[in-house]
Amino acid sequence: MSAFWNLISLLEESSLADSIRENDLLFPLIESIHVLAICLVVGSILAVDLRLVGLAWVRRPSQDVTRGILPLTWGAFVVAVASGGLLFISNATKYLGNGFFVAKMFLIAAAGVNMLVFHAISGKDAAKWDNDASPPLPARLAGVVSIALWVAVVACGRWIGFTMEPG
Amino acid sequence: MFHAPLLAFSKWLAATSLSNTIQTTGWIIPALQTIHILAVAVVFSSAMLVNLRIWRLLQRDVPVSDVARRFLPAIWLVLIILLITGGLLIVGEPRRSLLNTTFYFKMAFLTLAVLLTIGLQWSLAAAPENLNNKPGRRIAVQLAAVASTLVWCGVLFAGRWIAYTQVG
Repeated sequence: MSAFWNLISLLEESSLADSIRENDLLFPLIESIHVLAICLVVGSILAVDLRLVGLAWVRRPSQDVTRGILPLTWGAFVVAVASGGLLFISNATKYLGNGFFVAKMFLIAAAGVNMLVFHAISGKDAAKWDNDASPPLPARLAGVVSIALWVAVVACGRWIGFTMEPG
Repeated sequence: MFHAPLLAFSKWLAATSLSNTIQTTGWIIPALQTIHILAVAVVFSSAMLVNLRIWRLLQRDVPVSDVARRFLPAIWLVLIILLITGGLLIVGEPRRSLLNTTFYFKMAFLTLAVLLTIGLQWSLAAAPENLNNKPGRRIAVQLAAVASTLVWCGVLFAGRWIAYTQVG
């Protein structure tokens, strides 16, 4: 565990982290990019999930909707993680001490697990129900769980700003 | 020029009982902001999915008119949620936005974004199949998609920047 905290303080004391902390424009700039990326992640996943639940764009096969939209989701996710990482190292110890930040990380991990479980269970026979307006129950459940998790991620993200002072 | 009346209006708004409730109930503002950001996510992603399709970067197997019909109408519905939550946030903290230049930049960007979305929706519905046969129109739509992308990014940036430029 001490290796982890050594890494945290190494990151926090880096000159990059120092610049983000000290520069008046850098933090809001990175934060704006983070919000922009998160919005694309959540909005595009919502479109995929609503198709999975059977509530939107049901004329188009599920897998086509997923494959058509997910490149945007993943691209935005990379930007969100990179920008979020920069915000994190600027105040790593404080963020790790914030319950909403920790909850946000676990919720994102849970969204990842939900995706893997969906692929393991429903993904295997996805071709069978590809054209169905309403996919089988496990797939619809995965969609509902994903929507709930990402809504919670955004809520926790916003609550971080109210429960911890940057700088 | 407008500072005095805006200040007076902000003071009046801040004294209303609705504003008082929002100010004194700790969870209301973060909850409104969460709903507001989720709505921004839907609007921004919808616009970007259409803009990326116009530039043939995503969902090339679907006609551009289909993608526009699928995603652009959602913007109008969700815009109502944005205006309600945004309005309540102004009632809760009037000076934070009404006396803040960044807020007016955001509203200017939003106006442009709405106009561009109307323009795109109209031109993609009017002659979808002719887009490739009419190079002039295709270029106009592609430029509008770039402008829409930049202007929506402007809305989001200005929105986040309100928190850093409030006068107090």
